Amino acid sequence: MHDLQPTTALGGNAPQVDTFDHITVAENDGLALASVAARMGHENTCHATLKELLGAVPEPGKAVLHDPEAGFWMGPDQWMIGAPRKTHELLADDLKDRFGDTASITEQTGAWVCFDVIGPAMPDLCERLCAVPIRRMTAGDAQRTMIHQLGCFLIKRNNPAHIRILGPRASAGSLHHALITAAHSVA
Amino acid sequence: MIIDHPLLGPRDAAEFTYLGDAKLIDRPDWQSETARQDFYEYAYLRENPAGWHQELWFHEAGDRSWLVVTRNTVTHEISKVELARDVARARGRSK
Repeated sequence: MHDLQPTTALGGNAPQVDTFDHITVAENDGLALASVAARMGHENTCHATLKELLGAVPEPGKAVLHDPEAGFWMGPDQWMIGAPRKTHELLADDLKDRFGDTASITEQTGAWVCFDVIGPAMPDLCERLCAVPIRRMTAGDAQRTMIHQLGCFLIKRNNPAHIRILGPRASAGSLHHALITAAHSVA
Repeated sequence: MIIDHPLLGPRDAAEFTYLGDAKLIDRPDWQSETARQDFYEYAYLRENPAGWHQELWFHEAGDRSWLVVTRNTVTHEISKVELARDVARARGRSK
């Protein structure tokens, strides 16, 4: 047997946390993700299953911050579902069983890196990086935007000083560099 | 220029990429007698009006939906923005 050690998106054995005076940038390694795309003609059944899963269907530009599964809107009839990786490692398989032929499910855990940016300087940091109206966003707002040419999702969490950023895992280092550079200039 | 996205509201045009004439939605019937000529026109011929024009725009830095934008190419005024899939379905496509 090989003795393999899983690494995080940034390549470490444990998630990387960078702490500054007014902001913390923390890699979040504990997320399982899968996307749901309603199939044509099955939209209503798919919406009903989503409602059963999350309590509500995420509206355009919104997330439903529900436990253990949460979800946000990615595009017309497309959503991303997230859950704790420890308990939901097979999230995509579980969703496929639930949705059946009403939706196409794609495993997304290995495609994204997640950073939790928390602190009073969070809006300043976002203003330096991307074109979302960060000060108008409230808990449960979710938007896709560009950070250093990388398509990222920003999800505003219940804590008003907390934004969750999902970016392409293959460019985790570049996104981290962008966040740290901005954090240095606002801290 | 601001594009009023039907789902996400007003967005800066820099978030979008431009494809061109929305006639691309009207793909000809490949079984038609005149298919050769129809596809030649579909692939190569475009109107380039000075005035109102229906165009396909892609929300590349946003939700990646295709839009049909009715825009005045002289004044850049935008009178209507629709989801391309709604336009296509209204024309009997993708049923």
